[in-house]
Amino acid sequence: MVSSILPLTLTDVAVRRRGKTLLGPVDLSLEATGLTIIIGPNGSGKTTLLRAMHGVERLSTGAVRWSVPDEQAQHRQAYVFQTPIMLRRSVADNLRYPLQLLRLPRAEIGARVADWLARIGLEERASLQATRLSGGEKQRLAIARALIRRPDVLFLDEPCANLDGASTRAIEALLQAALDEKTRIIMTTHDLGQARRLASDAIFMLHGVVHEAGSAARFFGAPCTEELEAFFRGDIIA
Amino acid sequence: MIHRILALATAVTLGTAVLAEEMKLAVTTSFENSGLADVLLPAIKEDLGLDVQLLVVGTGQALRLGQAGDVDAILVHSRTAEEAFVAEGYGTHRREIMYNDFVFIGPAGDPAGIAVAGSAAEALQRISAAEPAFVSRGDESGTHKKERALWAEAGLSPETFGAWYREVGAGMGASLNTAAGLDAYILADRASWLNFGNPAGLALLYSGAPALFNQYAFLAVNPERHSHVRHDLAVQLEGWLTSRRAADLINGYTINGETLFIFNAGPE
Amino acid sequence: MNDIYDGLLSAFWLVVTLDADLLEISLRSLQVSLTALVIASAIALPLGTLLAIRRFRYRRLTISLLNALMGLPPVVVGLLVYILLSRSGPLGVLGLLFTPTAMIIAQVIIITPLIASITHQAMRELWAEYHDLLISLNTSGWQRIRTLIWDGRRNLLTASLAGFGRAIGEVGAIMIVGGNIDNATRVLTTAIALETGKGDFALALALGFVLIALAIGINVAIHWLSRTEREGRW
Ligand SMILES: Nc1ncnc2c1ncn2[C@@H]1O[C@H](COP(=O)(O)OP(=O)(O)OP(=O)(O)O)[C@@H](O)[C@H]1O
Ligand SMILES: [Mg+2]
Repeated sequence: MVSSILPLTLTDVAVRRRGKTLLGPVDLSLEATGLTIIIGPNGSGKTTLLRAMHGVERLSTGAVRWSVPDEQAQHRQAYVFQTPIMLRRSVADNLRYPLQLLRLPRAEIGARVADWLARIGLEERASLQATRLSGGEKQRLAIARALIRRPDVLFLDEPCANLDGASTRAIEALLQAALDEKTRIIMTTHDLGQARRLASDAIFMLHGVVHEAGSAARFFGAPCTEELEAFFRGDIIA
Repeated sequence: MIHRILALATAVTLGTAVLAEEMKLAVTTSFENSGLADVLLPAIKEDLGLDVQLLVVGTGQALRLGQAGDVDAILVHSRTAEEAFVAEGYGTHRREIMYNDFVFIGPAGDPAGIAVAGSAAEALQRISAAEPAFVSRGDESGTHKKERALWAEAGLSPETFGAWYREVGAGMGASLNTAAGLDAYILADRASWLNFGNPAGLALLYSGAPALFNQYAFLAVNPERHSHVRHDLAVQLEGWLTSRRAADLINGYTINGETLFIFNAGPE
Repeated sequence: MNDIYDGLLSAFWLVVTLDADLLEISLRSLQVSLTALVIASAIALPLGTLLAIRRFRYRRLTISLLNALMGLPPVVVGLLVYILLSRSGPLGVLGLLFTPTAMIIAQVIIITPLIASITHQAMRELWAEYHDLLISLNTSGWQRIRTLIWDGRRNLLTASLAGFGRAIGEVGAIMIVGGNIDNATRVLTTAIALETGKGDFALALALGFVLIALAIGINVAIHWLSRTEREGRW
């Protein structure tokens, strides 16, 4: 693998829309390995932060920097959206699409698509229109479509929302496998159990800013702020 | 799929080819509706190897087409307009070919009683007195101009008429359709009337007066005005239209046993 | 009622005897409208897609203009094309007036805004759906257009068919610019107008039925060719 695109540094990042501050100012640095979990109440700016990192959200101030030029960095990240976006094509064609954009050789595309179809257990649905899949199947397909390019960094926005236990396990297994292959993962979730299972470090978002951040053990074991403690208890935070 | 559509389109486009010499002749609706063209055009094609493409329009538009140089010649029936056309230099000269006649059509019951009129003017006076529905072409065609001239002769002006006088602004056939629908009086050329397929309650009520004769003339567009016109073909056609062969075909053309046109082209 | 029955009957006979005139007129109708369709689609499909995904300075204006043009009465288009192509008009030297080419030009002008507008509507929806993903995947502008056109092909087909329907059924403009010349520019719609004028309703109706059958036939054939009917999510 070429030199990592990490670390990622956010300086003074803010997103404002129609005079309302949705995010920031945020100053943050993410190291080269591990899985970062972002938690926080609804509307606290998790998605906005994730999109800002990925570079698909227009910033009002500040900058997002990788260790390599932006152009290069962009090609080595992938993003799974909160509501999975299915191309109006077959399941296999959805997997093929990101590789076709790279103009990879046909044979290689075919091999990778077959591999990923097997990994997400959708071989039998390969020729089905992707928009007809169930919610859980769509999530798995979206993750496979993101990982099929072997990105250095994978962003996931609540990949397990609305999924049952088994589907959640299946997705966590995919993520674990990606971690083992040294993929850097940054994801949001509302499932605190999942957060504890996967996180190597964590960020707590509140009112558009990073309210607390730290390594997983410290973050979940000894929260520093009252608000995070309250959030763990499931209280409503003012 | 796009490829298939393209292939199909190309196949269709190439399907028609052009071979013979072609010229464009603007004629009046009444001439076209007479059916005479169906007899003359094949003969012209046979004798001259010439494809005459007919633009069927009103006299007004036919003259405009000639002025603009969009046709090579015109065959119309409105003497004053034709003479002006030549005087203004749009046509080389005016050549009379043949004539037919106009007839008054109306409800078979003839509520205005025009069938017994002594002249065309009297027939119109009776109509304006009874005020039954009357359909006028209203399209500046030769027929329309003739109708207005007849009203003037009768000492009446349509502008002063009430709602019973309807200008439809349409061709002969369409106007006859309207008249049939309204059970109205209308001035038509005999040929159009005989060929009309939808007479409903209408009947021929008055005809034969000399004032109703309708002279057709051929005018070649002046090549000095429009260098691109096929004047050579127009001259050929004029020669043919004034020939013995044309005379026989025109005089011999009948519908339901009735002769429609009388050839009267003089030598040049 | 009797007219309709007569019309059906003569339509039937015209078709089963493969009447030469009918065949020629129908083929010309197809030739003119399909050519116009291909040209208009080549302009309108990319244009509509571009309007959906690109933000440029006169985008709003272009869209309003398209919507306005969509409502253009065909006769007005016919008149304008007529004046342009007339020998005394600016494009007179081309000598195109009263030719099938003139009819194609008029039809292209009539249906391009329609196709572009429907394309724009459909592509805007699809773009809203795909936007984030295509940005995230670092697609180039051209790749985006291709993806949208491919995945929206069924909508584009509908847009094109709407254009075709309008073109083949149009009479006002092509009557003016084509002149309804027998054996040269007479098509189904102008022939219908002519026969109606002569009071020959049966023949007019027969031609009308042929026209309807042709329009339906083309629709079915194109759907079948593209085989989008079998799958698809609608
Ligand atoms: N274009 C916009 N204009 C105005 N407000 C916006 C816009 N986009 C997002 N917001 C608001 O920004 C806030 C943060 O949104 P964001 O999606 O980042 O929240 P989140 O933490 O991901 O919430 P959830 O847990 O529900 O997914 C929300 O209140 C949202 O309504
Ligand atoms: Mg969110």
